[in-house]
Amino acid sequence: MAFNYDYYLRTDKMPTLWCWGCGDGIIMKAMIRAFAKLGWDKNDICIVSGIGCSGRFSSYIDANTVHTTHGRTVAYATGIKLMHPDKHVIVVAGDGDGLAIGGNHTIHGCRRNIDLNFVLINNFIYGLTNSQVSPTTPKGAWSVTTQYGNIDPTFDACELAIGAGATFVARESVAQAQKLERIFVKAFQHKGFSFVDVHSNCHVNFGRKNKMAQAKKNMDWIEGNLIPKAKWDKLSPEEQYKLKQEGKFPRGIIHHKEEPEYCEEYYKLIDRVRGK
Amino acid sequence: MAEKYQLKKTEVWDGNMAAAHALRQAQVDVVAAYPITPSTPIVQNYAQFLADGYIDGEFVMVESEHSAMSACVGASAAGGRVATATSSQGYALMVEVLYQASGMRLPIVMTVVNRALASPLNIHGDHSDLYLGRDAGWIHLICNNPQEAYDLTLCAFKIAEDERVRLPVTTNQDGFLVSHTAQVVHPLDDDTAYKFIGDYKPLNPMLDTENPVTYGAQTEEEWHFEHKANQHKAIMDSFPVIEEVFQQFKDLTGREYKTIETYKMDDAEIALIVMGSTYETAMVAVDEARKKGIKVGVVMPRVFRPFPYNQLAEILKNVKAIATLDRSAPMGTTGALYNETAGALMANGQSAILTNYIYGLGGRDTTVEHLLQVIEETQQNAEAGKRVTPLQGFINLRGPKLSFN
Repeated sequence: MAFNYDYYLRTDKMPTLWCWGCGDGIIMKAMIRAFAKLGWDKNDICIVSGIGCSGRFSSYIDANTVHTTHGRTVAYATGIKLMHPDKHVIVVAGDGDGLAIGGNHTIHGCRRNIDLNFVLINNFIYGLTNSQVSPTTPKGAWSVTTQYGNIDPTFDACELAIGAGATFVARESVAQAQKLERIFVKAFQHKGFSFVDVHSNCHVNFGRKNKMAQAKKNMDWIEGNLIPKAKWDKLSPEEQYKLKQEGKFPRGIIHHKEEPEYCEEYYKLIDRVRGK
Repeated sequence: MAEKYQLKKTEVWDGNMAAAHALRQAQVDVVAAYPITPSTPIVQNYAQFLADGYIDGEFVMVESEHSAMSACVGASAAGGRVATATSSQGYALMVEVLYQASGMRLPIVMTVVNRALASPLNIHGDHSDLYLGRDAGWIHLICNNPQEAYDLTLCAFKIAEDERVRLPVTTNQDGFLVSHTAQVVHPLDDDTAYKFIGDYKPLNPMLDTENPVTYGAQTEEEWHFEHKANQHKAIMDSFPVIEEVFQQFKDLTGREYKTIETYKMDDAEIALIVMGSTYETAMVAVDEARKKGIKVGVVMPRVFRPFPYNQLAEILKNVKAIATLDRSAPMGTTGALYNETAGALMANGQSAILTNYIYGLGGRDTTVEHLLQVIEETQQNAEAGKRVTPLQGFINLRGPKLSFN
C-alpha cells in the first residue's frame, strides 16, 4: 500500500503554493517518511522555518511549527530545544536563509553541537523573490542581479558546517528521494547538530535562464554535480580541489562523529551547580 | 561614462521601475541591497541597468539588510553618493544602522516600499515599517503614485545632500498599490535629471587621507545630548530646504509638491488626514461627499519627518471635526497621525473634534465607500459640536465592530 502522508500534513493547506515540479515537495515527503520510519509522534516534532519558499514547511507539516524571520531559524530553534530537549526540532532553511542572512546563526548552531536537525534546501538562488544571486549560485550562472554571470565564489555548505563543528554532515539530492529519506533518518537519529545539504531544483527561477527551465533538466544538472562519497575519497586532494572548482561535490554522509551535546551539557551544569 | 538611456516623454512604469530610474539618473556611486518583496524590483531593475552599461557606480548584493545599510554607511562616509531600497522585515533589520546613518549625518537615500511587519507574516502594504523608522532621524517623504516615486526620489538626493541638511532621506510608496501598479510617468531626460540633483559633494570623507576623520565616535553623558540636539535641529531646519527643492523641481517640471498636500480644504468644515495612496481614494470620496453637500477636504503630510506641525494647524484652523487615518497597528495608543495632529492643534490653541481610524493593515482594501462612511461619522461629530463617535475605529475590519473610547 502506498505510504499515507496525511497524519503529518495539514491537508486543508493543499495544494501547496510551490511551483509545479518544485523539489520542496520531494524533500517534505522524504522528511515525513523519515518521521514515520522513526515512529515519531507529530506532537513531539517541531518544524522551524524561515523566509523563502522553504518557509512554507511550517505551514504544511502538521506538527508544532514556527514560521520565523529571515535567517534566524537556528536562533529560534535553539530556544525551543533548550526548553524541550526531549522534542525533535527540525530547522528548514534555504541557501539564502541559512547561509547568507542567517549564516552567523548557522555556524554557531554547529559550534554548540546542539541537537537540532538542520535541513538546508539548497537551490542555488533566491527563488521566492525571483532569482537573485545567493551564496551558492555557481560561478558564471545567470541571476537577475548577475545578468552577465556570477563572479562571486560560492560556499561549500558541508565544509562550512564541518568547520564550524557540526557532528553529522551529509549531502543528497532531490532526484534520489529514497536516499534522501535514509539520510534524514540517520541525521534525525544523530545526537548533536546534524546538517543536511539537500541540492534541490528551482527550474522556475534558477533554471529559467540557465538552460534548465524544466525540473528534469535542473535535477539532471544537480545529479551531474554529485559524486558518491566512497568514490570521492579515493581521489587525491588535487583532484578533489579541481572538481570543487568545477562545482562538483561529494554526496552521502560526509562527516559523522560523537561529541557532547549542548542541552545535555547544559542540564548537567545545572545539576552540578545545584549540587545534585 | 555611463550610456544615456533613451526615455520617451511618457513612460508606463510601476513605482518600483520609477524609483529604479531615479536612482539610475542620480548616478549613485554605491548601491548595496538585499532582495525583499515588494521592493525587490527596484534593485533588480538597477542591476539590469548596471549590467547594460547605464550606470558607472557599484552594485553589491550583500547577505542581509543589516549588511546593506552598513555597506551604505561605509560607502557614504567614504565620500560617495549612496542609495538602497527595502521593505518591511528588511527595514526592521536595518533599524540599528538607520540610527547610525542619521547620527553620522550621512545623506543616504533609501526608496522604501511600505509593507506590513510580521507576525503574522504578510507581504502586502501598510505603514508599519515607516512608523518603525519615524524616530530614526531620517527625513521621510511620502509618494502616492509612480510619478511621485520618481519625482521625490530625485528630490530626495537634493534634500539629503544639501550642505544645510546632510541627513538621510527615505521615499515611501505603498507596497503593491504603488510599487506594482503601472501608470503613466513623465520622466526627465538623463542630463536634466542629473543636472537637477547636481554632482555629489563629499563632506569630511574618510578617503581624504590628508585630513583623517572619525565617524561614529563614542560620546557619553558629556556630549551625547548636544550631538542629538543638533541632529534634531538639523532635521527641524530642513523644512526651508525641502520647500526650496520642491520649488526648484516645480520650476523645472511644472509639478508641484508641498510639505502638506491639501484637497478642497479652502471652505472645508471637516477634514480627513491620511498618508499614502489612500489620499487619492480620499479625493474621490471628498468629491462624492461634496455632491451631498458635506463640506469636506483631505490633508496629506507629504513630509512625515520633520512633521509640519504649524502648517497643519494653519490648514485646520476653520475645521470643526477631523478624522485621522493611520495605516499601522497602534498597539496600545492612538495612531501616529492622530497624535501629531492633536499636538499641532493643541500647540496652536485649536480644538477641532478629533477621531482616529486604523485602516488597510496587511493590504486590506480601503474603498471610496469606506471613506464615505468615515466622512459621515466625522460630519456627525461636527454637527453635534462634540464627539459622538468612538475615539478610535477600524475601517473594513472583519468580525464584530471594534472601537475604543
